[in-house]
Amino acid sequence: MNDTPMLTVDNLIVSYNGIRALQGISLTVQKGEIVTLIGANGAGKSTLLRAISGLVAFQSGSISFHGVPLNSIAAHKIVEMGISHVPEGRGIFANLTVFENLKLATWTRKDRENLDEAFRRVFDLFPRLKERKNQPAGTLSGGEQQMLAVGRALMTNGSLMLLDEPSMGLAPVLVRDIIRTIQEINQQDGTTILLVEQNARQALKIAHRAYVLETGVISLSGEAEELRNNPKVQAAYLGG
Amino acid sequence: MQYYVQQILNALQVGSVYALIALGYTMVYGILTLINFAHGDIFMVSTYIAFFVSTLLLGLTHHLPPLFTFVATLLAAMAGTSLVAVLIERLAYKPLRTAPRISCVITALGVGLLLENFMVAFKPIGPDSRIIPALFESRNYSIAGVTFSTLQIMIILISGIAMVLLDLVVRKTMIGMAMRAISWDKFTVPLMGISVDTIISITFILGASVAAIGGTLYGMAYSIDPYMGIRIGWWAFISAVVGGIGNIRGAMLGGYILGFIEIFTPVFLPTSTYRDFVAFSLLLVLLIFKPTGILGKPAVQKV
Repeated sequence: MNDTPMLTVDNLIVSYNGIRALQGISLTVQKGEIVTLIGANGAGKSTLLRAISGLVAFQSGSISFHGVPLNSIAAHKIVEMGISHVPEGRGIFANLTVFENLKLATWTRKDRENLDEAFRRVFDLFPRLKERKNQPAGTLSGGEQQMLAVGRALMTNGSLMLLDEPSMGLAPVLVRDIIRTIQEINQQDGTTILLVEQNARQALKIAHRAYVLETGVISLSGEAEELRNNPKVQAAYLGG
Repeated sequence: MQYYVQQILNALQVGSVYALIALGYTMVYGILTLINFAHGDIFMVSTYIAFFVSTLLLGLTHHLPPLFTFVATLLAAMAGTSLVAVLIERLAYKPLRTAPRISCVITALGVGLLLENFMVAFKPIGPDSRIIPALFESRNYSIAGVTFSTLQIMIILISGIAMVLLDLVVRKTMIGMAMRAISWDKFTVPLMGISVDTIISITFILGASVAAIGGTLYGMAYSIDPYMGIRIGWWAFISAVVGGIGNIRGAMLGGYILGFIEIFTPVFLPTSTYRDFVAFSLLLVLLIFKPTGILGKPAVQKV
């Protein structure tokens, strides 16, 4: 039994523009888990995901994936290693069609024979994307753009998916849909999930474990169930 | 009537060259929002590579078939010019990726001056003008009073084919998708597993290659000198802006428009020296009424 966690973040410190965004973060994600990271705006949640993906440099500490340190590995190489990232604000390419957005995400894949199957899977999860396949992505609604961002991450064929505020700006019914889809991706595709969410209630519903981030440090962690019942969490993040 | 047909043919010939160069300006602008002011001089470098390679090949004791010499010269010019362009990008522009845009523009102008003056100072080249030796026999034909040469037809056709191929690359291939994705949001592109630097290099290679096709063909029709890139570069740059900078088909359209201005100015105005006046006036008027160029779309605020 190999007990090296899939992702290990150890004492991570990230500063930029003279501000220390993360002040010594440690966390682990085990293969097959859904781990959620909750916290207020500006707590450093996005910075952590961006550090894992190689989009921001970190000053000290370490991040390793399957035991391999990610220090100074370029962002595009990290994708190839199996980490996909649904960025904050979705980051879809509005000038490309829906199909082109998905196709582009297969850049590093060598298993070209499985691409048809990968497209089928994404269109199966998100039938709306199939209907709008040839439309410029900029013409999609907010919910559809979020589907596209998740679909694109699936197309990279990563084993760990980082999701940054997938519910942001969506109507409550769409939030439930997207959260349910994330759970489905975890259960059916075996993709490990690290989910950053402001909507703590929804995130804690599907997560196995959770971390609470407050101004650059982890203030609480544990089983999702446990945190849901924690009075401090309830007061601060679950609306009383 | 024949006279006008003749002039249209000439305009297409000149316009083809402007269009090929304009493509390089527009593609680099599309992904880096940088006006690569050295691009006209990169075009000049391509004509010299074609000059030396063709002279070398024609000087061989074995007589090579003309088609082979021509294709080999063309490919060598494309490869050599691409190498120069990628080196410029890596050495001069890449270190400035996060610098203010004005630093990049000044650097680009400096690189252009460097190329011009290097060519003048470099003994085997020097300031004198030269002509690329005839790589194949160019015959003159006359149909219904309109004369044209094999070379003229080849310039128009090969340029056209190069542009159609480039347009296909940008619209249909993964590399083209990546280029367009970078022009929208270069920060998200790495999350697709794509190295932005690689795509930037490929863009410079594509731009240099089409410029080298133009350079080789141009050098077979006109004389070349180290300062030729200045005027032609400016005209190609105006072509790109008139067509809509950042827009591939706009650059092609702009190139032909400028070709027509160049040829038809002396037809309607007393002397050809008015051509710059007409070209720059068109640019100014267009920028007042349609600042994004003919095919350009207004920049969308990207969040």
